[in-house]
Amino acid sequence: MMRRLLPRPALSLTLFLLWAVLGNAASAGTLLLGLLLALLLPHVVSPFWPDALRIRHPGLVLRFGARIAWDMLLANLAVARRVVGPVKALHPAFVEVQLDLRDPFAATVLGSIVSLTPGTVSIDVDRERWVLQVHALDAPDPEALVRQIKQHYEQPIREIFAC
Amino acid sequence: MNPTLESLVACMILLGALFALLGSIGLARLPDFFTRLHGPTKATTLGVGAMVLASAVYFTATRDGISLHEIAVMVFLFITAPVSAHLLAKAALHRGKEDADQ
Repeated sequence: MMRRLLPRPALSLTLFLLWAVLGNAASAGTLLLGLLLALLLPHVVSPFWPDALRIRHPGLVLRFGARIAWDMLLANLAVARRVVGPVKALHPAFVEVQLDLRDPFAATVLGSIVSLTPGTVSIDVDRERWVLQVHALDAPDPEALVRQIKQHYEQPIREIFAC
Repeated sequence: MNPTLESLVACMILLGALFALLGSIGLARLPDFFTRLHGPTKATTLGVGAMVLASAVYFTATRDGISLHEIAVMVFLFITAPVSAHLLAKAALHRGKEDADQ
């Protein structure tokens, strides 16, 4: 019964919160409409969505979020320094990260995080070989970058989604 | 609004503007397509993040109730920025292959 009514609890919750935040006020009308959308929209989109992953460790999500925010701040400063410094001294590189996770959604999350942390942009997820292709602005040591992406981001994602 | 909050908001706006500027400098100075991709992604994360936060603090302090729809701006930007960077990079990779084949 619960599953029929709410096929995607996480999506419903996200939609409801987003609606409340967009409305900027907790008036009964706004919240009611938000509730309606949160109940209806998952049913509309579920036919063309692949099976959603379940978040196994919600507590880890917060810790992981905090770590990403901190990494973003550090990476922003590092890239800022490089952008105003001598351009010739940069070591741009294409790096291939061999993934251990085996789920398209988790791979997308990983790719997005890699793109959001400045200095690295994810270019392609090869789902046959499970390789994430990354372009780095300055990677004198590509091996270290691969290790960092795997340890800092892939490992927690695998724990969170249990994949 | 009290002076402490006001200076906090001012600092965040300046920080945001500084990083937006640095992103643009990167776009102008870096030598090729793939390195240039890095400039704008930086402007969206810290630059827009700081400005949006400043806006949330300012309107929460000056109007009734808390102002949260700035957070939605941040969420949408953080979701869409990697996608556009990804597609740009993919397109460039494809074009590069085509040019090499010719």
